[in-house]
Amino acid sequence: MKQLFTRKNLPILATAAVLVLLFGTFSALFDNFLTLRVIVNLFTNNAHVGVVAMGMTFVILSGGIDLSVGSVLGFTTIFVATLIGKYEMHPALAISLALIAGSIFGAGMGALIQVYQLPPFLVTLTGMFLARGMAFVVSAQSFEIKHGFYNTVVDAGISLTDKVTLRAPACIFAVVFVIALVLAHFSRFGRSVYAVGGNAPSALLMGLPVGRTRIWIYTLSGFCAALGGIVFTFQTQSGNATNGLGLELDAIAAVVIGGTLLSGGVGYVAGTLMGVLIYGTILTGISFYGKLDSSWQRIAIGGLLLVFIIIQRLLTRAPVRESSH
Amino acid sequence: MNSAPSTFVSRFLQSRIVWPLAGLALLLLFNFVFDRSFFELSTRDGNLYGPMVSVIRLSVKVMLLATGMTLVIATGGVDLSVGSVMAVVGALVAFLAEKYHVGFPGLLAVALGASLVVGVFNGALVSYVGIQPIVATLIVMVLGRGVALNITGGMPVPIEDTGVLYLGRGFIAGVPVQIPLLLTVFAIAALACRKTAIGLFVEAVGDNETASRLSGVNARGIKLLVYLFSASCAALAALVSIGDVGRVEPDRLGQMLELDAITAVVVGGTVLTGGRFTLLGSIIGALLIQTLTTTLTRQGMPSDVSPVPKALVILIVCLLQSQKLRSQLVRLFTSSKTHAS
Repeated sequence: MKQLFTRKNLPILATAAVLVLLFGTFSALFDNFLTLRVIVNLFTNNAHVGVVAMGMTFVILSGGIDLSVGSVLGFTTIFVATLIGKYEMHPALAISLALIAGSIFGAGMGALIQVYQLPPFLVTLTGMFLARGMAFVVSAQSFEIKHGFYNTVVDAGISLTDKVTLRAPACIFAVVFVIALVLAHFSRFGRSVYAVGGNAPSALLMGLPVGRTRIWIYTLSGFCAALGGIVFTFQTQSGNATNGLGLELDAIAAVVIGGTLLSGGVGYVAGTLMGVLIYGTILTGISFYGKLDSSWQRIAIGGLLLVFIIIQRLLTRAPVRESSH
Repeated sequence: MNSAPSTFVSRFLQSRIVWPLAGLALLLLFNFVFDRSFFELSTRDGNLYGPMVSVIRLSVKVMLLATGMTLVIATGGVDLSVGSVMAVVGALVAFLAEKYHVGFPGLLAVALGASLVVGVFNGALVSYVGIQPIVATLIVMVLGRGVALNITGGMPVPIEDTGVLYLGRGFIAGVPVQIPLLLTVFAIAALACRKTAIGLFVEAVGDNETASRLSGVNARGIKLLVYLFSASCAALAALVSIGDVGRVEPDRLGQMLELDAITAVVVGGTVLTGGRFTLLGSIIGALLIQTLTTTLTRQGMPSDVSPVPKALVILIVCLLQSQKLRSQLVRLFTSSKTHAS
């Protein structure tokens, strides 16, 4: 227990404190804020960001960045919607194809980054343009998804009380979170991810499969982005090539607010969950208040991000030396 | 490494500016063969019009941003905030002109002043607080977009100031006024970099910050300066852009343009890791991408799909810059040359 308050843990503890403080403030301000319904909706409404952010956590832990996730999410929604609506494919098959496509896309980017030693920023920027363009190639018009399978999934859910139900998006988010948690902290792959992010040359000298790990990380992020797209279609029951514009920044913000260092090697999956919840709480709080427009949401997220980064910087300045490239 | 790389082919392969120039030449050749009307120039009321003129006009704002971005990238940083700076400047200018009827000199001063504030903020976060450039400017990007929306209340605002409209649509001696504006900014940057020690310092900081500081370069001051310059370039790009469109939409103005600017810089031959840079390359890079987009649009490609060719260009450039592929290519060419002789 005495290890809980180490310097390394301070960012994530700060994140937890902010989440509690933020939620507490809104609960004090608004009558119906501290209810099970609001908490469940926090998970349901932000499930797509959450799923994407889980994949992003691994990328950032490894010292990389993935700018393509928003576009991959958008591509997935229109891809699935078109396959179901235009080609009358069964949704289960369409979803599987989309997940495979997203994974292969991620793997391709990972391979380019690894084999040719290209900067992740540029490769995933390419991926971002490519996926967004391909989404418009699939269809420039938005498509509604009308299929019995979708109705079943959307109506399905675990009833917590007679008024509050845990819907499919929230369930998927929860499952992805648990898998990510196990993968990051209790698997060989997770340990390699941390090692690659901490110091890639050392990891290589220790005999860890750096190249394979890096490619898997981007594959995982691509898969999560596609899954985020699937979740998004459950939320909106439609596909649109413009979906997920700027979502990569929301995902990165959630990961960073969650206490993961962008220099790699330090962070927690649970932190990202809290980052997503903080993000969602701000959105919900602003919608509860009603008088504030969406501009305040960005100002709040930006301001919060600034405070967190400065705290992180102050905490990590002395003990953790940044690896020079 | 050995004497072989002094052959013409390998020197050609290692030059920075040749590739974007070759790409541009290839595109022009394509148009010369398949779409001769691309080169048509006409004059209306003594002013120059034509597809090539519109290519330049369309790429001026990216060129302005890319000029500032080149120096930022040369120091090993990146400035993601320029799109949002454009939105803030645009919103501020539109708001002041509509509500308080501020004249053009006042608007220009406000635009540059606002960009100064953002530039100092970016620079201070990067050089004095020591935050990674991606993160620092990402924060400013998110914040800036929110501030811009807040200034106008999220609503589009029309631009009626004749000075701003002139910057976007006007002509000087038959040439769109944006072109001399761009040339002036470019000349200032190029002169500052090549006729004073600033360029050398920028490269030194980007190459090895610690070493540059130990040899007496004010690394922090240099970083502050490049972020300042980048933000002022964004302010000018904002004025040109809103003058051209005739209104300010704070949620769309400058959106994603930071990525276009980075693309132009990278395509132009400046490496993202910092160090040596080429301002001219970035201008050619911006021109190359716009020429490609315009060419493909004229060939019937829907404009929504335009990110795809952009992506392919970055990919090709990245691969060409990759040390591994380069050495593979150089080895291929030099060895075949040895076999031939």
